[in-house]
Amino acid sequence: MKDMLIQHLPILPIALPLMFGAMLLLFSESRHFARNTLSIVSCVAQLLVAVSLLVMASGGFPDVWPTGMAVYLMGDWQAPFGIVLVVDRLAAVMLTLSSVLGLAALIYSLAKWDRAGVHYLPLFQFLLMGLNGAFLTGDLFNLFVFFEVMLAASYGLMLHGSGTPRVRAGLRYIAVNLLASFLLLIGIAMIYGVTGTLNMADIAVRAGALDGSARVLFEAGAAVLSVAFVIKAGAWPLNFWLTDAYSNAAPPVAAIFSMMTKVGLYAVVRLGSLLLPTGAPAAFGLEWMFVIGLATLGFGTIGLLSAQKLEKLVAYSVIVSSGTLLTALGMPGVTLTGPALFYLVSSVLASGAFFMLAEMIERTRSFGANVLAVTFDAFDLEDPTTANRSDDVVGVAIPAAMAFLGLAFVSCVLLITGLPPLSGFVAKFALLSAAVASAAGPTPAIDAWLLVGGLLISGLAGVIALSRSGIRVFWASEERTTPRLRVAEAGPVSVLILICVAMAFWAEPVIAYLDAAAVSLDRPATYIDAVMSAASTRTPEGALP
Amino acid sequence: MELIFSLAIGVLAGSGVWLLLRPRTFQVIMGLTLVSFAVNLFIFGMGRLRMGAPPVIEAGVPLDLAAYTDPLPQALVLTAIVIGFASTALFLVVLLASRGLTGTDHVDGREPEA
Repeated sequence: MKDMLIQHLPILPIALPLMFGAMLLLFSESRHFARNTLSIVSCVAQLLVAVSLLVMASGGFPDVWPTGMAVYLMGDWQAPFGIVLVVDRLAAVMLTLSSVLGLAALIYSLAKWDRAGVHYLPLFQFLLMGLNGAFLTGDLFNLFVFFEVMLAASYGLMLHGSGTPRVRAGLRYIAVNLLASFLLLIGIAMIYGVTGTLNMADIAVRAGALDGSARVLFEAGAAVLSVAFVIKAGAWPLNFWLTDAYSNAAPPVAAIFSMMTKVGLYAVVRLGSLLLPTGAPAAFGLEWMFVIGLATLGFGTIGLLSAQKLEKLVAYSVIVSSGTLLTALGMPGVTLTGPALFYLVSSVLASGAFFMLAEMIERTRSFGANVLAVTFDAFDLEDPTTANRSDDVVGVAIPAAMAFLGLAFVSCVLLITGLPPLSGFVAKFALLSAAVASAAGPTPAIDAWLLVGGLLISGLAGVIALSRSGIRVFWASEERTTPRLRVAEAGPVSVLILICVAMAFWAEPVIAYLDAAAVSLDRPATYIDAVMSAASTRTPEGALP
Repeated sequence: MELIFSLAIGVLAGSGVWLLLRPRTFQVIMGLTLVSFAVNLFIFGMGRLRMGAPPVIEAGVPLDLAAYTDPLPQALVLTAIVIGFASTALFLVVLLASRGLTGTDHVDGREPEA
């Protein structure tokens, strides 16, 4: 029985939100208790499954998955013919990250945001389903389908709460992402056209044997595919939709959106690692990604300095984190992959917490009562105190709200800019030392120093921009009201920050785990073997029991 | 046949991209629709163009792969059509909401200053 459950662990991150989301649709909007309970149960269950998979990936269940690489054959069809789900260390880390962030954002939104529109909770579950599916799948077309599940849910969530700014930002968000999906389809179709397979491991096997015009077509397909992925990852120059969409979305939605940019990155890393031994097209690694990453980093840094609203600032910090990751992953070799993954985890948690915190901070001031009020007028910004931003608090309020807000703000700033003592610092330090170390190695030294410079400058810009807005919010405002914060709102933010504190405290085991993930990414043969050799348990033809 | 097919895809994609870059939301949605048609035809073409060959096993047709066309792109196109159609329908709703809220059909939500 226990083995049976472990056997089916990989499908649960997809099946759970799907079933709970469908179940939630059966309850009417007014039955809060039942709906809230179901959502929380689903998210907690996903977290448990994700943590078990994390244990599994480091060889925790040697009876069932001895290699630490779980391959789940859907419908028991063998690899190139059926769809496979694959869990390795990287996928397990991403699953855990999305379920932690999902649970935190869900609890935060139960305080009031879930009632700002209809079908919030089911859409939230479907978004998680798309996220989890995209991390798990080993099939290229299935990846597209899960991308679409995730995006379809995100379109609904983006518009949650309605209002002109959201609809306007949502319109562009939907248009850009629809176009990106079409690019994804073109890339997938081209790759299928030349390799005749959609299984990622099988593509990696066959791509190496291509030559002549087939090879050219394959590389063109891969390039189109990677353009689609970097659009989703928010890379310059295809990211102008991002800040508008993220800063206007409801805060818990924005928090979970900060995970969504990382799905594009994950897809680039996953496919890039598989295609590496076949002499992957440049777009999937190395030079191009490095340049795009640097440009994104620069754009995010300038954006950070120019942003006026706190939400915008956080949205630009998401772009900075995308840029940093693209640059770091664009460097050859695996020395930077481990630290980059650590940075990814830390920055997703931090920006998720920051989006929710920004809304709580927003409540402390009456709009316009700050030194930049003139700028606000000049740029024709809307008063955000719309109907669904009401401050009537029901439920348990926490004491010392201002002290909490100040502390949480400082922690988030430390995390995002990478100052000691929190995990943001560990991440940046690891990245910098790996970059400096690789400058002495085979890497062109100029690349390594560009990365070091980019990281330091973006960190400095982050400190300037965030301390400026911190001063504006906490010290310089004359009219300030102490808001009443609920435990359900302050709790998730503190938990996310505490996880980052814990990651700084126990940095060594976390980095060791992520380095192992990076090493396994560097040896795609293990992944390919695991997928292609996964045997069906079906009894042979004619031997039906 | 290949020439006509690729010309059709090219014309659809070209007009789609041009419409996408226009400033009115209705033009954008028509552009998205045309691009999605082009993409669907493209996927279909990636399974190689064949006339009169069935995609699934049929009685009377010899059990030989050469007698059949590739069924997979057809399944992919079906999925892509459904997803594209649903997303476009959603976009249409957002377009109407935007028109209602901002009073203009410009993609920026306001008329450009002349």
